Amino acid sequence: MRTKELKVSAIMDGTVIDHIAAGKAFTVVKILHLDQTHETVTIASNVPSGVTGKKDIVKIEHRVLSPEEVSSIALISPNATVNIIDDYEVVEKRLVELPDTIERILRCSNPLCITNHEEVRTRFNVETKAPLAIRCHYCERSMKEKDVLRVLG
Amino acid sequence: MLHDVISIRDFEKQDIERILALAEDMEPLARTGSDLAKGKILSSLFFEPSTRTMLSFHAAMERLGGSVIGFSDTDTTSVKKGETLADTVAMMERYSDAIVIRNPLEGSARLAAEVSRVPVINAGDGSNQHPTQTLLDLYTIRKEFGRLDGLTVAMLGDLKYGRTVHSLAYALSMYDVSLVLVSPTELRMPPEVIRHLEETSVPYDEIMRLEDMPPVDVVYATRIQKERFADPNEYEKTKDAYRIDRSTLTLLGDAKIMHPLPRVSEIAKEVDTTPNALYFTQAGNGIPVRMAVLALLLGVVA
Ligand SMILES: [Zn+2]
Repeated sequence: MRTKELKVSAIMDGTVIDHIAAGKAFTVVKILHLDQTHETVTIASNVPSGVTGKKDIVKIEHRVLSPEEVSSIALISPNATVNIIDDYEVVEKRLVELPDTIERILRCSNPLCITNHEEVRTRFNVETKAPLAIRCHYCERSMKEKDVLRVLG
Repeated sequence: MLHDVISIRDFEKQDIERILALAEDMEPLARTGSDLAKGKILSSLFFEPSTRTMLSFHAAMERLGGSVIGFSDTDTTSVKKGETLADTVAMMERYSDAIVIRNPLEGSARLAAEVSRVPVINAGDGSNQHPTQTLLDLYTIRKEFGRLDGLTVAMLGDLKYGRTVHSLAYALSMYDVSLVLVSPTELRMPPEVIRHLEETSVPYDEIMRLEDMPPVDVVYATRIQKERFADPNEYEKTKDAYRIDRSTLTLLGDAKIMHPLPRVSEIAKEVDTTPNALYFTQAGNGIPVRMAVLALLLGVVA
């Protein structure tokens, strides 16, 4: 137990996203654009975990996620937790929670949607959280979890 | 009160009632004209041709005493040169008191309304919404029967891709109606619309054959488009199976027949002169209904 705690919080400062659904760490990396950061990012996949059997962990040094980024994680892994680290200590624990509207982070899966043709900040209204169903504010098409994952790549 | 008319989803029942009542008041003015909107200018932005809808809006604005500027062909405007929709709208709102827009991209009218300070009316955004069509459909039914509550409305043909019937089903769900959905399996009403009917406790029946039609008050026929079928033979069969002509008319009793027009072969010409035909009246109702919408958004009626 002690060694696991250590593994999770062993960054000096930054963010640790824990309890990500197994296999979804790479999607988290993608939606947070961590493939483009210059900071150190550590990805652990299929880590044994008491609660769900297996989990993924993503650690990002020197970066505190915005509330918007935190909520975007809820799209792909609603049970994830976000720990903000400062001086090797967890200073804040945030539960990821899907907001009622999701702005910017997703693109619409409808190729004929205006948001895919003009520079528009995307906006989706969350209709149901489980199973996930969101509706584009512009074209009014609804997207389910599989559509969301598809546009997240 | 509504600032724009973008989607039937934005409407509450009282908004619909207000417009239907106002449309009734507009009936005499739709023939004689008025100066209610004298000095007001409507920008008419048709990024794709839709002559019927466009002329109906123009006629409505003229009957209110206002005038119309705009375009109906993107070739002649800067749009072809790559100007964004947002820029076009930002320019036109400075020239006018309201904007009517038709654009094949879905959500374009919503975006226009967010950019514009003057009211925006959606005259069709791809396969998404065309709210004034729905309003005139409701108005037509109410005018014919004196009410919407207690009626049974059948929707016939392509219920899967038919934007008109989705919006109409959505709007009718605010009333005490029953629906009969008649289509081939491949063109059934989408699950999303069905779910909405269930959530709003609208009784509905799904049937496949015109021959199984129960007694109904209205039959709303839709265009069955060839592009929807992989197999051209399937298209021919389906088209014929739902065609309304003198012989299939006997299955429909006194039901009033509606259609968003233009029709292809869904309704035979011989039906036009029967008491069942309501589709030309329906098209004509576009004028008072659009007058009502314009007058309301322009703020020229109390
Ligand atoms: Zn969209």
